[in-house]
Amino acid sequence: MSTWPFAVTAAALATILLARKLRDPIAAVLLPLSVAVIFICAWQYSCDAMSYELPLSDGTVRRIELFPTPWQTLVDNVQPIRDGTLLSFSIMSVYRVAVGFGIAAIIGIPLGLWAGWYMRSFQALNPLFQFLRPISPIAWIPFAVLWFGIKDSAAIFLIGLSSFFPIVTGTLTAVRAIPGVYVRTANNYGIEGFELFRRVVFPACLPQIVTSLRMALGIAWMVIVAAEMIAVDSGLGYQIMDSRNASNYARVAGAMVTIGLIGVALDFAMRRLEHLDQVRWGFSRL
Amino acid sequence: MRNAHDRVDPAANRIAPGPSPATTKVVVHGVSRVFPRKGETLEAVVGVDLAVETGEFVCLLGPSGCGKSTLLNIIGGFLEPTSGYVQIDGQVVTGPHPRRVFVLQEYGIFPWASVWDNVALGLTKRPKEERERITRHYVDLVGLKGFEDSFPSEISGGMQQRVAVARALAVSPDIVFMDEPLGALDSLTRLQMRREILKIWREEKLTILFVTHDVDEALQLGERIVVMTARPGTIREIVKVDLPHPRDFGSLEYGRAKNRLFELLGVSHAV
Repeated sequence: MSTWPFAVTAAALATILLARKLRDPIAAVLLPLSVAVIFICAWQYSCDAMSYELPLSDGTVRRIELFPTPWQTLVDNVQPIRDGTLLSFSIMSVYRVAVGFGIAAIIGIPLGLWAGWYMRSFQALNPLFQFLRPISPIAWIPFAVLWFGIKDSAAIFLIGLSSFFPIVTGTLTAVRAIPGVYVRTANNYGIEGFELFRRVVFPACLPQIVTSLRMALGIAWMVIVAAEMIAVDSGLGYQIMDSRNASNYARVAGAMVTIGLIGVALDFAMRRLEHLDQVRWGFSRL
Repeated sequence: MRNAHDRVDPAANRIAPGPSPATTKVVVHGVSRVFPRKGETLEAVVGVDLAVETGEFVCLLGPSGCGKSTLLNIIGGFLEPTSGYVQIDGQVVTGPHPRRVFVLQEYGIFPWASVWDNVALGLTKRPKEERERITRHYVDLVGLKGFEDSFPSEISGGMQQRVAVARALAVSPDIVFMDEPLGALDSLTRLQMRREILKIWREEKLTILFVTHDVDEALQLGERIVVMTARPGTIREIVKVDLPHPRDFGSLEYGRAKNRLFELLGVSHAV
């Protein structure tokens, strides 16, 4: 068992203790970096701890590892990085999420605004949304494959489904929580019909819509892995399934790391939306 | 020396309902409003008769829950009276009107829009140039020059209220309904805003109905003060205020008028 994880962890812990007191740009980089280092050390340590030696019948022993070490993960993924398969699989996954999520947003936001605004449409539709929402999109995989075949459209359908309900219910809830004084003001100034939606209802809900989009994108990014495992033959989810079948666990771990990194990037992009002037007001106390 | 009661003479100012002279803007005729509440009915406003002249500044003064906001909302078309009716310019009021605007205690300015866009809210149907000219004028008038691009969360409560006032004035309102518009401000800002509201009222020749529970506010602003009693909300007296502006808190006449108002409200202001 290697001892370096302990040494590096100690160093990282020391850095954290020091960095806490440092000025922000430095601390903001050093702290998460140290935590990342500790995480990798813990990863290494767990791999060491979980591996064991299996005596074979011919008298030799074989080392059994239950999870690839960080180093193995890196080394075994150099080739898919070099030949571009990891990149093209990543692009495939992001593409499917983008299309499915986009369609869900284009349908879900207007539908949520409408269903939230009119009492009767809310009464009519809300129970259906609440019924369909808790059904995991993964449960739809058999039907997605049946209807679309092993194709992009199957995965896109599943992503669309997984994003749609958080978006529509988030928007709907936001509409129903619009402070009465805004609606009253709009009435007073003669703003009605489509203008009312464009100038009051939609902007009043935008912060919560953005939050529900962010949540939906997080869910979509999780569902894509499951969808690609079964419903298509490319993408990061497919790589996980395919590598597992080939007993190449380092590739599985490589896909997992890639999924995590892209997830961080997607969430970062969504957070940028929250800083727009039209959205930011919803997150600050007046 | 003249007796203060000559200046504040309630009896002469009871307005009898009936055919109104040409300058009468608002006629409230026998208006009552009841709200159902837990199986009972709550009489919020009972049998109110009132006439407001064009260009007049009238304050509705009364304790919390006396129905003064209800009355204002009925006049503004946001509530229907249970009985009686309201006429503005001879027409019976059936709903809100874009040129009869409210300024509320909670402002109702849109936090997602800049100061400029908030002020321009009621001007969408005007041509672009006119819209910009009017918005410019009222942003400057309420002293928000330089804050056009700020968002409501970035400016003080007093400035937010100025936005609400500028937005109301920009539609060249027929009547401005103010429902405790200064209630959320600190007392110094409140004094300053009163001065500015008076200045704008004179310059723009507005008709203002102003709801307040603050005796000083009513006395500093109103030409007439409609004193209301609580539960059910009725008009106790209509008091004409003849004090010249600026109305000084410290003057003897002011003190007497204030005493009179407290008397009508049924409370002693000496604590």
